[in-house]
This record gives sequence, structure tokens and C-alpha cells, in this order.
Amino acid sequence: MMRQFSDVVKVTIFVFVLFSVFPLSTWAKEAIPVAEDPDIEKRMLALTVDLRCLVCQNESIADSRAEFSNDIRREIREQIKDNKTDKEIVQFLVDRYGDFVLYNPPMKPTTILLWFGPAILFAIGLGSLIVYLKRRRLQIEDVSLSQEQLKEAEALLNEDKKGKNV
Amino acid sequence: MMRYLMPLAIFMVLAVFLLVGLTLNPRQVPSPLIDKPAPKFQLNQLHEPDKIMSSEDNLGKVWMLNVWASWCVACRDEHPLLVQLANSGIIPIYGLNYKDERNTALQWLKRYGDPYAISIVDTDGKVGINYGVYGVPETYVIDKQGIIRHKQIGPVTVDSLEKTILPLIKELQKQA
Amino acid sequence: MIPEIGNFSLILALLLATLQGTLPIIGAARGIPSWIALAKPVVQGQFVFVLIAFFCLAYSFVSSDFSVLNVANNSNTELPFQYRLAATWGSHEGSLLLWVLMLASWSVAVSVFSKQLPDDVVARVIGVLGLVSIGFLVFMLFTSNPFDRLLPAAAEGSDLNPLLQDFGMVVHPPMLYMGYVGFSVAFAFAIAALLSGKLDATWARWSRPWTIIAWVFLTIGIMLGSWWAYYELGWGGWWFWDPVENASFLPWLVGTALVHSLAVTEKRGSFKSWTVLLAISTFALSLLGTFLVRSGVLTSVHAFATDPARGVFILAFLVIVISCALLLFAWRAPKVGLGGKFDILSRESMLLANNILLLVAAASVLLGTLYPLIIDALGLGKLSVGPPFFEAVFVPIMTPAIFLIGIGPISRWKQMSLPALAIRLRWAFGISVVSALITPFFMGEWKPMVSFGLLLAFWIIVCAFVNLKHRLNNSGEGNLLTKLSKQSRSYYGMHCAHIGVAIFIIGVTLVNSYETEKDVRMEIGSKVTVGGYVFQFNGTSDVIGPNYKAIKGDISVFKDDQFVRNLYPEKRTYNASGMAMTEAAIDTGFFRDLYVALGEPLSNGAWVVRAYHKPFVDWIWFGCILMAMGGITSITDRRYRLKITKKESSAVNVAESERQAEGTPAAVASATTKVELATETTKV
Repeated sequence: MMRQFSDVVKVTIFVFVLFSVFPLSTWAKEAIPVAEDPDIEKRMLALTVDLRCLVCQNESIADSRAEFSNDIRREIREQIKDNKTDKEIVQFLVDRYGDFVLYNPPMKPTTILLWFGPAILFAIGLGSLIVYLKRRRLQIEDVSLSQEQLKEAEALLNEDKKGKNV
Repeated sequence: MMRYLMPLAIFMVLAVFLLVGLTLNPRQVPSPLIDKPAPKFQLNQLHEPDKIMSSEDNLGKVWMLNVWASWCVACRDEHPLLVQLANSGIIPIYGLNYKDERNTALQWLKRYGDPYAISIVDTDGKVGINYGVYGVPETYVIDKQGIIRHKQIGPVTVDSLEKTILPLIKELQKQA
Repeated sequence: MIPEIGNFSLILALLLATLQGTLPIIGAARGIPSWIALAKPVVQGQFVFVLIAFFCLAYSFVSSDFSVLNVANNSNTELPFQYRLAATWGSHEGSLLLWVLMLASWSVAVSVFSKQLPDDVVARVIGVLGLVSIGFLVFMLFTSNPFDRLLPAAAEGSDLNPLLQDFGMVVHPPMLYMGYVGFSVAFAFAIAALLSGKLDATWARWSRPWTIIAWVFLTIGIMLGSWWAYYELGWGGWWFWDPVENASFLPWLVGTALVHSLAVTEKRGSFKSWTVLLAISTFALSLLGTFLVRSGVLTSVHAFATDPARGVFILAFLVIVISCALLLFAWRAPKVGLGGKFDILSRESMLLANNILLLVAAASVLLGTLYPLIIDALGLGKLSVGPPFFEAVFVPIMTPAIFLIGIGPISRWKQMSLPALAIRLRWAFGISVVSALITPFFMGEWKPMVSFGLLLAFWIIVCAFVNLKHRLNNSGEGNLLTKLSKQSRSYYGMHCAHIGVAIFIIGVTLVNSYETEKDVRMEIGSKVTVGGYVFQFNGTSDVIGPNYKAIKGDISVFKDDQFVRNLYPEKRTYNASGMAMTEAAIDTGFFRDLYVALGEPLSNGAWVVRAYHKPFVDWIWFGCILMAMGGITSITDRRYRLKITKKESSAVNVAESERQAEGTPAAVASATTKVELATETTKV
């Protein structure tokens, strides 16, 4: 990153620091958390990380600084204060904005292929790997001639086998 | 041979989906509130702040709720159409003044015309959240039973008005 | 005038690309030497014209010629020089030109560095690259001409998106495109082999270094993008599973599978048609990435301004190129030999299993990326698929693959005995488990996920050392140093890349589990403690940048009452666009990053400040660098530098059969280790 700062700026900062820090002698003052209630904030963040900001280009409500996300974050804080459960809060948003707000799509008839897809793909991959290895062994097994012959035989054999496979 | 055509088949299926995908707008999120009762509200009116309007006041008639704000640029695009529609007397339009400042909102209406039977004020956007508002302007068509029948996201256009909204209103008004 | 020269050069480049994509291929098929000989001069000519066009556009940007639409939309007189240059590829049009330039560069590289290859092979490869060039040049000239004029010219440009005004913009896209486009060389080699019907181990040897270089570029490109997002976006995330990120990750995953599959094809002659399919798929995914970024079918943080017309064009191009390639594959592949024999337990099957896992992972990421589009296309509503899905799916699939990284290099070609392997690896396993269980305690808190992540990482590292020890024991006489120097570079390259994966896993695991952050209101002089470091806010000052105004925070960092350094996070407002940007300040360290960003101003000079302590985060990118270094090391291996001195002239057929023999599994069947193989190769 290009960070340019001139000497003037350095001096300004120095003077600024000198005048603002020492006279006030707030040296050891601990900064206050932004959140009024850290527990609420923690829950709110945990929820909003997996919620999608509708007006942004694919950002979570936790990450986004858009007006929309600010509103939703405020709404969620209020609902947490009202002792709503996480489930109720998420349902509240889904009722208004649809499943689109959920980065973690719920299991539904329309998402079955999504959630089981990888497992199905894995099974297909593993299955075809085993089938391939077995068939391949059978195809090559009967060849135990000299090395030159092996090559020729293999070529012939393959053409033969492939012919049958069609 | 068939085995070796599999990759091509998979690819072609993918390509078809991509082609259909080109005709869709990924940012247009349909509202789950369609065919559901319009969320209730009781809000202060813009012109007469001490008066309150309730969503139930409109039961028995077909009406439109238009979410607008003076800071919203796209609202200016649709505004002349709304004024025209209001003047035609086909349907009463109610304005939800969303997260706005009262004086600028009033000035804005003075400048661009006021199509609204009543404008109500949603200063903190709470009613907006209940209606699932995410991009102003948004327009809802609500039937006699207080059910949301249509939501227009973004500005109302001549096209959307003639093709979707007006026929729908006509049909809804016929219903008991 | 300059933009017109650029435009004209592009048209000439298109004409040359048309020659390049037709005559050499026909010449190679019909055996017309003069047409074959055309390949090299034509590709070099095409490169020169694309280069001229690129310089013309760069000149227009650098000289702020706002009569060019592209410049007016993406630059500004106040924009510093390096970003005006980078703005050349900042827009959709410019980035396409960069893409075409990269493609031409790779093509020229093939024409220059392939002296040991038969002319007809080179002609076919260059021809296929020419066909790809035609597509992109036509696309650019007809839908996205970077030289389109704006009349009357704008008085001032509307500036480059401030997010892009960064060093990352200067280096990330060129690297990434080099990777994307590089895979078109692997693709061209595969298509050339299919066209000629000579799909053998020699083909694998020729295309392997090219594939690895492309893979190295893609690795570096993705790494730079991740690092850029990390420091630029202001909250220190490094991967978001965004569609566009996935679009670059997909060719990487399949490309990684390709690199491994090529190893088998080269050494053992097996998996030939599989390797070809992977080469086609990798390139198809690169093109798919282009489509996703530029068509607007998916919402992404990184998308260009989109236009459905462009989407239709790229999709048509994608369909033509890939379906032709796959048709050719379906026609030729059934006739390809199976290669050497091997047992179910052998290095071959380990590598094949790793390939399958990488492919399943890629397919799952693709599924998650396109699922919203598929559901929408079927009229079933809108939904989002985000990080929770990808994390839940990706980790379980990759876990066995990572386990195989440890075993693969130790297992033998052809066949291996499971008991022998188990004996050799039981210590490795024991050491990994014990250290994975203990290490989290040193981080302060034991967490099961940390132990799990570390187990995978330690497993890779320990296995690499077990492997090295075994190799050295079997390397004959001599002291340790001579034994070490005996091992091939590709051997070291492999382990370097694998240890890179381990380092990457360590980084991800530790930063995800032990990262701490605080979001505080800081008055001047107040302090906050994060991860054992004390951050003290000394106030802010105004800074005037070349094209922005900024408020610069001054924060002193202490550890155990010792001053560490000052950090200067900024909040910038860009003059032209009025856009606000958060520039985080980072203290990079080997074991942790300290990351500070300014939030919103409060009264009395106080600010909302976000401070993060991110342990081991840099290991994520360091791991990627090791992977890339591994790739580079392996292509400097002796056997790739080997010049086949026999220059093919009239005796093409003789040379062909010789090469066939050299590469066939039969000839190398006795070679059980790479050492033997390497010596055999040098004899040839």
C-alpha cells in the first residue's frame, strides 16, 4: 500500500498528540466497546454473518455498511433484547425477505440436491474409481508377454475391448 | 463411445442453465409477502403529524402503497406516472415516506406533485422492514381483504403499469 | 490518433489470428510444410499487433485521453501514474485486452520455447491457440471495444473505482489472467494431441511444464487477490466464497488435478484420456469464470459492469469451443491406450483417487456457485448459497485428499504393499497425532477443530520427511549433502508444494480459531487490549493525497509495556467519486498480524476503531507462495531442460516411433522410483 505522509504531517501529529494527550493525562483510560451490551453484539454478529444484505453485491449483513444492513442489525439487537430466540429472529427476516437472506439455505425440497449433491458426487466419484480400477486390471491382466509385444498387444486389445463397449 | 460423450452431455445441460440465467435478474428478489396479509401499521401522517393512519382503514378497497423518500433518486423517475395514475382516480395511492426528514419530504411533494391520498411517516424504517422493503421505491397492490397481491421493486414504469398492475387492479376491484 | 492505431492493430491481430487458427492446423493435417512453417511467424506477428494495441490503450490512459470512452469512464487526471496504468485493465474492455495480450504472449512463448518439439505438433498447438484468440478478439472488437471514442470528449474522467486504486490492482489481474490464459496452452496441447491422434507420454512431457507454469501463475494470482481483499476491504476477511472467487478457484482445483494426472501420464503412460479431459475441463472452467464475471448472471462483489449481450457472446464462444473439444474427445479418446499396468494399491491409484477428490470438490463448489441460478432458472424462487455451505462441504471432501498427500509420494508406482507402507507411516501418524493434540495448548486454549486442522498439516510435513529419509537411505553411497543433491528438482518441488498446503492449513486453522477483535470507541489517549497487545489512540490528522482527502489515525502499539510501532489507518474520501474508503493499517509479523481500521468519527476527536489480532494469518499466503515455488522448482528439473538434439526433418516418422518408445510404460516399467527414471531419461 502506498502510504505517503510528509514531515509536515508528522509534526502535526506530534503536536496534536502532545497537546491532546498529556494535558488531559488520560494515559491509562480504557476504551469503551462500541456495543452497549457485548453479549447482544456477539449474538447479533453470529446471526448476521450468515445473513445476506439484499442491496449489496453479495455481502453479509455483518460485513456490509449499507443502510439496509444497519437497519437489520438494529432490528436484530432489539429483538434479542426482547428475548427472541435466534430461530425466531431468522424466521422474522425470512418471512419478510424470503430464503434469499439466508447464506445457509435451509433443507427443503428445493435444496435437497444442493445439500446432498456433494455426497452424491462423492459416491459417484468413488464408485467410478473402483469400477475403473477393477475393469482396468481385467483389461490388462492377460498381457504378460515381452515388453515389445506388450505394447502392440495392448493397442490391439484396447481396440477390441472398446469395440465391445460401444 | 457413450461413456466418452458424458462430459459433453453434462456441459450442454450446464450451458442451457447459463443461457436461461442470462434472461434473469439475480438482484430482483420476489417478496414472500405476496398473497399474505399486509403487515399492520399505525403511523403518523406526513401532512398532519398529529393524525394517525392505520392499515385497517383501507379494508374494503383496493389500494396501492408506494414507498418513497426525498433522498431517493429513482423515485423521481416514477413520480410523474404516479401523479397521472392518482389523477385518473383508478386507485387510491398511499405513500409511505421512508426514513425521511419531514420538511424536505413536504418540499419534495410540493415540487414534484403529490399523488398520495395520505402520506404516512416511517422515520426509523420499522414498518419498512415489516413490508420487506430493501430498495426504495417499492410499490404494493393490496386488495379489499388487506392481502398483498403484487409488489413492484424499483420504479413503476409504463410497461409494468400497463402489463401487470392495471389489469390486476381491475380484476381485484371486481372481486367482492 | 493513437486509439485508432490501437483499434487498427486489433483488427490486424484478428486477421493474423484467423491465419494462425486455420493454416497451420490444415497444414499439419495434410502435411503441407509451408503452411506448418507459417505458424511461428504469424503468431509472432499477432503478438506484436496486440502489444501495440495494448500500448496504445495504456498510452491513452497514462495521457488521460478522455475522448476515449473507456478512459473517461475509468480514469481521472488526478489519478496517480501507477493506477492510471493499472486502469488500462481496470475495466471490462481493458481487461479483455490484457487477456488477449496474455494469450498472445503464451502463444509466442510456445513458438519460442518449443524448439525440441516436432514442427507439426507446434503448428497444431499454435493453431488451437489462434482459434481461441479469434474468439476473444472478435468479442472485443464487436461488443467491448476498448478504443471506442466519446464525442465530444469528456473534460474530466469519472475516475477508477477507489477499491481498485491499490497495488493489488497493479499485480493481481495480470497474474490471475496469466494463470487463466496459461491453461489455454494445456488445452491447446491436448487438442493438438487429439487432432493428431498421437496421445502418448511424450505429449504429457511437453505439456507438463506449461501446465505447471499456468498453475503457478493462477496460484499466485488467487493468493494476491485474497491478500488484497484482506487488507483492502477493512475487516480482514481473506476468502468469501463469492461466485467470482469460486470462478478462479474452480480452474485451480481442476488444474491441480491436471498437474497430478500429467505426472502419471508422463511417467507411466496411464490416464491419457483422463488427462486430456482434465485439460479441457480446466480451460472450460477458465472460460466459465470469464462468463460469470462479465455476464451478470450472478451477483458478486467483483463483477464488472455487466451487459447481457456480452453474456450471450461469451456463452456462445464457450459452447462452441468446449463442445467441439469434447466432441473431439469423445471421438478420439476410445482409441487411446490404457498405459502401464498397476495394482489397486499403487501410486497411480493414489493419484487417481486424489484426482477424483479434487474433482468432487470442484464439482461441489460449482454446484454451490450455480445453484441459485439453477433454482431461479427452474422458476423455484431465489436463494443464496454462502460460506456456511461451502465450508460444510469443502472440508470433509478435502480431508481424505490431504491424507493422500502424505501417502502418495511414499507409495510406489505399479504396486505397493500395505503392511510395508503402514510400518513406514505409523511413526509419522503417531508424531502427527501427538503434536496435533499438544500444540493447541500453546495457543492458549485446546479446541478440537484446531487439533484436527493441525493433524492434517503435521501429517503432510512428517510424511514428507519420512519420505525424504527413505529416499536418502536408498540413494547409494556418499554423505548427506551428495545424497541430497542427487534428488531431482521435481522431487523437491513436489514436497515444497505439499508443505505449502500444510502451511496454508496451519494458517487457516489458527487464524479462524484464535483471532480476536475489538470494536471500541476510542477517545484521544485511550487504549484497548487485543490479543495481548495494547493499542493506544493518539488522535487523527488530515492528510491530502493525490486524488483523495483522508483522515489518518495514529495508533501506538505496545506489548508488555514495550513500544512496538505506530499504525496509521486511514479513512479516505476520493475527490472524483466522493466514495469513502477504509484503509486498514497492518503490522505484519511471522506469528501474527495486528490489523487496525477506523470506523466512524465520534465527538471530541474520538473514533470508532476496530482492532484485530490475527495469529498466523500470513501463513495462508506464505503457504500459497510455497506451492507456487514448488511448481517453479519442479519445472527447472533436468528432464525438461533436456534438448532432444535429433531435429525432426524428413524422418518425422522415425522420430515419432522413437519418442513413442521412450515414453511408453513398457520402457519405464522397471523404473520404480523417480531416481531410476531420471537416470533412464538422461540416457535417452
